[in-house]
Amino acid sequence: MPDRTIVCRCEDLSLEEIRELIDQGFKSIDEIKRISRCGMGPCQGRGCRQIVAQEIAAATGKKLDEIEMPKFRPPVKPVKLGILLGGEKEDE
Amino acid sequence: MSKKADVVVIGGGVHGCSIAYHLAKKGYKKIVLLEKSYLASSGTGRSAAGIRHQFGTEINIRLSATSVKMMENLAQELDYPRGIDLMQGGYMMLAYTESQLEQFKTNAALQNSLMNAGTRILTVDEILKIVPTLNTEGVVGASFNEKDGHVDPFHVTQAYADAAARLGVEIMTRTEAVDIRVAGGRVTGVVINSGEVIETPVVVNAAGPYGALIGKMVGLDIPLYPERHQILVTEPLEMFLPCMVISFTHGTYFKQTPHGSLLLGVGDPEHEVKDFNEESTWQFLEDVARKITYHMPVLKKVRVVRQWAGLYDMTPDSQAILGKTGVEGFYLDVGWSGHGLQLGPVVGKIMAQVISGEEPDIDISVMNLERFKTGALIPEPACV
Ligand SMILES: Cc1cc2nc3c(=O)[nH]c(=O)nc-3n(C[C@H](O)[C@H](O)[C@H](O)COP(=O)(O)OP(=O)(O)OC[C@H]3O[C@@H](n4cnc5c(N)ncnc54)[C@H](O)[C@@H]3O)c2cc1C
Repeated sequence: MPDRTIVCRCEDLSLEEIRELIDQGFKSIDEIKRISRCGMGPCQGRGCRQIVAQEIAAATGKKLDEIEMPKFRPPVKPVKLGILLGGEKEDE
Repeated sequence: MSKKADVVVIGGGVHGCSIAYHLAKKGYKKIVLLEKSYLASSGTGRSAAGIRHQFGTEINIRLSATSVKMMENLAQELDYPRGIDLMQGGYMMLAYTESQLEQFKTNAALQNSLMNAGTRILTVDEILKIVPTLNTEGVVGASFNEKDGHVDPFHVTQAYADAAARLGVEIMTRTEAVDIRVAGGRVTGVVINSGEVIETPVVVNAAGPYGALIGKMVGLDIPLYPERHQILVTEPLEMFLPCMVISFTHGTYFKQTPHGSLLLGVGDPEHEVKDFNEESTWQFLEDVARKITYHMPVLKKVRVVRQWAGLYDMTPDSQAILGKTGVEGFYLDVGWSGHGLQLGPVVGKIMAQVISGEEPDIDISVMNLERFKTGALIPEPACV
């Protein structure tokens, strides 16, 4: 297998795959996320969001700050259901 | 500037895309689909992705059983290489009272007699064989259909959109219908946000939670309002939960997706906002944590990674409004509340039949708009 530049580690998506999706018309982070699961893994896009935004900007000729960022959806960090109940400890 | 179309479909959710595809398949040449954001951006993309046979009215049973069959073959029919992630592991509906169990028995009998659905009533022992970690305190039985399950909403929608586009449908995303022109009691065109007018004799309102706003454009009062519902997603886990579990008593449902993460939902119609607000709340996190760990204490250790909110498009009886209206050429496919994703395939086909003047495969006349005046509401007992 040829070398792949991995963009989204959680879902194992490469730069080539992301570029192909942009090429097929998925031109926002949300659209790419929904069709490929990019950014839906445990890191919630912290690793890949910026790279995808850059790729969209490059492909559409927009400025980076014109690329719409996905909505912040709590929680910011993965948290145990038990902790939300107030019962569990984080390191159990 | 203006252009011409045979049909304009408003809304790029699963219903709009399915209608456009089925119309194109019938030979309609010039179809335009308008989507103000991107495809599946509203209800469709925010659903719990469940499909089921287990309804309690004849109309929903006929529609849903037919739609599940269509899903089983959809990726091939539409030649969609990504697949639609169909997983059929069942829906288990928990009964906490004898009268609830009686209702499930009645529903199951109707499902089996009308559509040979294969729904079974389970004892508590049988429930525990399928989901050993479930807290069955207070449970008296359950209704179960192993052919119920999961599909990926984005892929189902995209599959219809791609197939429609191949048949010549023009899909205009980031394009909003802002007005509809009516003359002499019939539709003549749709104005889009650029100011352009698309002349057309037929407009289909498949705008989901925004359907009442579209109705106003032709002077129709559609009793449709948005209601927020929320979902929470956990980290992916090894597969351990084969089926969706639902409790109407608690307003809860949870399942494991093919990808491994758990999807947890609680319906709270009493407190949820009834406007176009799609923000998630902290209160929901706590509510879900409490209710779902009650059903399944082992989940206390599972980590939540994400949360989202979406809008049900609600009507007074929580059932859809389908078909013709008093305005010639103006058709409705709205009001699916929390169960419309799964019905996208079958309803798209039926709407295409209705629009082209054919006898539809399934008689949908009970879902008419007039029922809210005549009082002939649809008494569906199996909705979350
Ligand atoms: C939290 C939640 C869980 C759910 N769970 C399930 C489930 O498990 N199973 C199930 O079958 N169903 C479920 N549903 C219900 C299901 O999501 C909906 O019934 C279904 O997706 C409706 O599809 P639709 O195409 O009619 O509407 P939508 O998907 O809402 O599409 C309507 C589209 O119209 C567009 N639009 C609106 N106004 C305009 C305009 N003026 N111009 C252009 N475009 C416009 C919108 O942007 C939107 O994309 C759930 C819903 C929610 C919110």
